[in-house]
Amino acid sequence: MKSSKEKITGAEIVIKALIEQGVDTVFGYPGGAILPVYDELFQQKKIRHILVRHEQAATHAAEGYARSTGKIGVVFVTSGPGATNSVTGLTDALMDSVPIVVISGQVPTFMIGNDAFQEADTVGITRPCTKHNWLVKDTNKLAETIHKAFHVAKTGRPGPVLVDIPKDVQFASGCYTKKKKVSTDFFKSELSIDPNLLVETVQRLEKASKPIIYSGGGVINSGEKAVNLLRKLVSKTNFPITSTLMGLGSYPASGNNWLGMLGMHGTYEANMSMHDCDFMLCVGARFDDRITGRIDAFSPSSFKVHIDIDPSSINKNVTVDVPLIGDVSIILEELIAAWEKRGSKVSTQKLGQWWKEIGEWKNVKSLKYTNSSSVIKPQYALQKLEEHTRGHNRYISTEVGQHQMWAAQFMGFEEPNRWMTSGGLGTMGYGFPASIGIQVAHPKSLVINVAGEASWLMNMQELGTAVQYRLPVKQFILNNERLGMVRQWQELLHGERYSHSWSDALPDFEKLAEAYGIKGIRCEDPAKLDDAIKAMLDYPGPVIFDCLVEKHENCFPMIPSGKAHNEMILGEKTQSDNISDQGAVLV
Amino acid sequence: MSLNLKKGVNRQSAYNLRDPNIDYEAAHTLSIIVDNESGVLARVIGLFSGRGYNIDSLTVAEIDHSGHRSRITIVTSGTPKVINQIKAQLNRMVPVHEVIDLTLKGKAVQRELAIFKVNGTGNQRVEALRLADVFRAKVVDSTLKSFTFELTGNSEKIDAFAELMEPLGLLEMARTGIVALLRGHNSS
Ligand SMILES: Cc1ncc(C[n+]2csc(CCOP(=O)(O)OP(=O)(O)O)c2C)c(N)n1
Ligand SMILES: [Mg+2]
Repeated sequence: MKSSKEKITGAEIVIKALIEQGVDTVFGYPGGAILPVYDELFQQKKIRHILVRHEQAATHAAEGYARSTGKIGVVFVTSGPGATNSVTGLTDALMDSVPIVVISGQVPTFMIGNDAFQEADTVGITRPCTKHNWLVKDTNKLAETIHKAFHVAKTGRPGPVLVDIPKDVQFASGCYTKKKKVSTDFFKSELSIDPNLLVETVQRLEKASKPIIYSGGGVINSGEKAVNLLRKLVSKTNFPITSTLMGLGSYPASGNNWLGMLGMHGTYEANMSMHDCDFMLCVGARFDDRITGRIDAFSPSSFKVHIDIDPSSINKNVTVDVPLIGDVSIILEELIAAWEKRGSKVSTQKLGQWWKEIGEWKNVKSLKYTNSSSVIKPQYALQKLEEHTRGHNRYISTEVGQHQMWAAQFMGFEEPNRWMTSGGLGTMGYGFPASIGIQVAHPKSLVINVAGEASWLMNMQELGTAVQYRLPVKQFILNNERLGMVRQWQELLHGERYSHSWSDALPDFEKLAEAYGIKGIRCEDPAKLDDAIKAMLDYPGPVIFDCLVEKHENCFPMIPSGKAHNEMILGEKTQSDNISDQGAVLV
Repeated sequence: MSLNLKKGVNRQSAYNLRDPNIDYEAAHTLSIIVDNESGVLARVIGLFSGRGYNIDSLTVAEIDHSGHRSRITIVTSGTPKVINQIKAQLNRMVPVHEVIDLTLKGKAVQRELAIFKVNGTGNQRVEALRLADVFRAKVVDSTLKSFTFELTGNSEKIDAFAELMEPLGLLEMARTGIVALLRGHNSS
């Protein structure tokens, strides 16, 4: 590449800026409006391009890449349909705070607004589903804009950004601006630690009789330091800890103080502890409606401390007593230091009593299910999968539905960045492309996508990508021939009228695998499951595992819509009268 | 098996015991300093429509040409919780530099400019002109059958003048929406 004083084309600038940002992998799909960039891509060796089969998959693959590495995921798409296909992934990344940069081609500047071929108002369409986006009309501003885009994607609460580049801007020549020449003052992460609030938090913590730590994806986003501090805080205080779906792995599932996930399908002990606690330390979570249940009955008697990097998360759903705004690692460090300075005190005796109470809730064994010797129970399948893969260098992604919740319940995560699932948006079709992105980032690791058959079909075209790049991703499909989660809600809420919630005309997954030259395994006998899973793990390439499971299993425990944490239902019996008319309108 | 409520735990939450007045809605005038770049207004308005916040009045114009800064003045209404959300959401937008809640900061000068076209002859016409004088409205255009008045003031004054002109032949009006600055010698 030429020196920075010389003028180079916009397309060259794009590649040069990405390399300067440390990008080694791009997921994308070419088309007319981004061809100059693809031409440059062809003529270099530093960036690897993974050709997906649909642009939505490129965005999810970039999310998988980003969440499993802590780096920024990068995507190339063309104008019009390429850009609109990326909208779901952008929205998903916004909801789950995943840093990705999408570079989209656009029709030439002089044709914008004329309904040109493959023109779409990409910045207009993606404005509400990005942290920020840019339309670059001047090649001289291109490098600066790309560097700014990377800065915004990772600063503060991470999220997706998009840079839309008209084709003439890619062709024209301009000056390259180095990363260090671009000021980042325009966008900063807020930090406000009021020492008085810190002291108040510590005082409350010391006196708490029924404390709980509720952690979320923010801990993982903050990074290793935050994870270690969280673990330190838990072990030094001996407080119980629960986590959101997004936060699994920041505290190890095998840890002594782990209560399991909380929320709609969380464990009984986690939800009851949340409800009855008197001191709640929320670390990098956002009181999402899946977590709180009925908002006016959420943890009624607790003193709530909320650590979050995003000031707009404070008091959005739940009013808290103490907000601590900033990066989790910084705040936890200060908090622990302040607590240690005062002698690292906790109310040991009361805490013992609290653990006893929690022990009783644990004894309810809310994840129990009735196993069967004739049909594979989905929970059993996941217990087996966990058994055979525990201790492996393992990454798990999921689709969305019952299987996702069972995976969260039955698989144990010991480390952060090992669990990728679509939490905020609940995007069916996320898991398969995410597993591809993860495998690209970790070629030697075991990557399994725990899928439902319906979700998996939404991005099954990515088989081509897996095969082309020899990505040995394991597609573990819990096939209940149902849109299981929808079916469950129809059973509980809609008088067992199963409107369009079965998966008809399913493909023969083994033959589908065969058609792509990969391995297909079908298993429907619980007695053969161990061997079948071993066969999947032993196979060096991609596998589609069609695990035929009980079709009518419901996912429990469950906080029905509009109910409080202490109104969970546990059992397998239908509980339609448990949901009020008010609750029924909630999703 | 459904679980019964634990003894002594009230279904009604402690939140119900909080100050009921916390939920009253009030109008707030927000002054927002933004980069004057294309799409910035769409971003701000999109935030309000996308999240279901009210906009009672909105004005925008560049205030610093060399610095590419504009001031957006928005009058919105909501509970204190919603107003805080609006400010936090605005603050995290990339082109937003500052969000000033003039309603919380103290007394602010709030003004609107309006133009009225009033058609009439004879006594009606005289009366319109007389009232315009009382309100210190300026005549900025006239024909033998009409006056066009310009009026500045707070919104109530403009409403009042419009009401008076209605029976006197008000044909149409245009108004800018509110612009506002904090009173006193400090910047907002
Ligand atoms: C793109 C998208 N469309 C619709 C839904 C609503 N939805 C949530 S779960 C679900 C059923 C998923 O079925 P499957 O993938 O087979 O998983 P299961 O619940 O059976 O385990 C549906 C339709 C969604 N989450 N995402
Ligand atoms: Mg299914």
